[in-house]
Amino acid sequence: MEYPSIQSIFIYVSMFIATYFEVFLMVTLLEHKNKLRQENATMDDKVTNFPSATIIIPCFNEEKTVEGTIHSLLSMDYPKDKFSIIVVDDGSTDNTWQYIQKFVQNPQISIYKKENGGKYTALNYGIERNTSDLIGCLDADSFVDKNALKRMVPYFNNKETMAVTPAIKIFKPKSFIQCAQYIEYQLGIMIKKIFCYLNAIHVTPGPFTIFRREVFQKIGMFKHAHNTEDMEIALRMHKNHLKIENCHKAYIYTVGPNTIKKLYKQRVRWTHGFIENAIDYKALFFKKEYGNIAFFTLPFAAVSIMTVIGTICLTVWNVVERIYNFILRIMTIGFHFNFHFDPSFIYFSTKTSLFVGLTVIALMLTLLVIGRKISDEKLFSKEIIYFIIIYPFIAPLWVGKSVYNTIFGKKTKWR
Amino acid sequence: MKNISKYIITFIITSLLFVTAFYLSNYFANKKTADIKATEDQIAIDLLSSETQFDILKQSSCNQLDDSILADELDTLGSRLSSMETQIGTDNAEVIQLKKYYSILQIKDYLLMSAYGKECKLKPVSIVYFYANDCQECQKQGYVLTYLRDTYPGLRTYTFDYNLDLSAVKTLISLNKIPTTLPALIINGKTYNGFMSSDAVEKIIKPLLPIASSTSATSIKK
Repeated sequence: MEYPSIQSIFIYVSMFIATYFEVFLMVTLLEHKNKLRQENATMDDKVTNFPSATIIIPCFNEEKTVEGTIHSLLSMDYPKDKFSIIVVDDGSTDNTWQYIQKFVQNPQISIYKKENGGKYTALNYGIERNTSDLIGCLDADSFVDKNALKRMVPYFNNKETMAVTPAIKIFKPKSFIQCAQYIEYQLGIMIKKIFCYLNAIHVTPGPFTIFRREVFQKIGMFKHAHNTEDMEIALRMHKNHLKIENCHKAYIYTVGPNTIKKLYKQRVRWTHGFIENAIDYKALFFKKEYGNIAFFTLPFAAVSIMTVIGTICLTVWNVVERIYNFILRIMTIGFHFNFHFDPSFIYFSTKTSLFVGLTVIALMLTLLVIGRKISDEKLFSKEIIYFIIIYPFIAPLWVGKSVYNTIFGKKTKWR
Repeated sequence: MKNISKYIITFIITSLLFVTAFYLSNYFANKKTADIKATEDQIAIDLLSSETQFDILKQSSCNQLDDSILADELDTLGSRLSSMETQIGTDNAEVIQLKKYYSILQIKDYLLMSAYGKECKLKPVSIVYFYANDCQECQKQGYVLTYLRDTYPGLRTYTFDYNLDLSAVKTLISLNKIPTTLPALIINGKTYNGFMSSDAVEKIIKPLLPIASSTSATSIKK
């Protein structure tokens, strides 16, 4: 009897977890398919109750995009007397302050400048200076769809709803890397919606999550939270049993990093932030009272990081082994290569891991296609291929670096 | 927890998906095994045919015996078998069974070639190679033999797993006094033990080669 190697045990366990995750999402989606259908049908029903809402735009050196962001907010379909904007210049060193002066006469817009203290301080500065029922934030590199707020507001008719997250899309993807993110975000829209049905959303994204004012009164303001204040506040809300909803048709467009290097930096910040916040909120894990966030979202996110680290180790080991064999071969017989090509059926792998791997990809594609459908996109596009090709190679880089940063106590930067 | 049943249902579905994957994997692995088995049967028939042909022609011309096709078949079979070993595992009972069959076919070809050479006053150059899965130097020896086979098409190489539980191989080992220290080679009947570089082997086979007529024989494992 041959005992399975540690390597194959690891591969099968990780694959089982990945499959379990996706099946769980699918089961949840099926369970709520009528609710989703109903939400879609009533999405654009006439809104009668417009609560007052304020959007805070924290800016630090955003002279290129801040105007566009403000204009997109102003052109939103929402009663003007119920909607205001607070722009907080967080000590920009470029011409952001001059650019936003254009709006100083607009009664809907208040402009403030403060010393640089980080995004969370700019947000808190804005929150302290308004009294609206609903408060949101919009990063100065993001734009809103004109129906976004109007579609989100009805979710607050439920007194228990304390925050509503939007559906984020990549703004006009141009580079290869932005096209890949475009697809990733669409998959994200689907997963977010399902997490919402599970009451297990673990991030209230910086761009345009709308909070009830009382959230901050009940649980306090934004914190530094390892540069991922949007994750920390979501976890804090769960800790205090505050409900987070998702509106999958409130579209927000954000400018995705256009190079691998910039994307890498952004993701190291996110992943490192997740790890640090998960450690800070370890009390949530596997506690019955917190429901699916305790048993599903957080544990699976943590396990996925461990799996990636394991995969990195295995890959490095395999590469080292191949290089060793290559060198050994050259040392034995010199540079002599003669490739025999035999396209026989025998050479196609029929390992169990291959079939499970294909299942994992098929389930992911199914979720992606449904995600595209609910976010009003065509079902298929060539960008899907970019996403499948590029992410398995680059994602391990930032996960590895984030774990490294956590272990060695390194801090991440915003830019 | 209120939705524990969902966690259990998901577990069951995931397990079913895994069982299906195992089943599919097994199904295709069996197909492969059957494929190799069929090739082996075909080679066995070809060998028997060659033997018979040889018996018939013994009295007449030696030129009419064509063995090059058989050598190519054995070669392909060898590399397919080693690919099966890496995919299904060297300890798999069916893989071992196929390997035994393959070893016998190689021995038969080796004997036939020797008899053919003797009868027709030819000296075919052959290398019989013994390896083991746990032998350090065997990987290097494998590289050398693959190189030689590619460089000298007239050379026939036969590869045997030293630890294969097969009486014919054991007889070959004891008859040629193959030591346990591997790798070991029999070059044209003479036993050499320990790793031999390509230069060392070439020195022995080069003067003999122009006489040999056939093409390569097997794939070189390990």
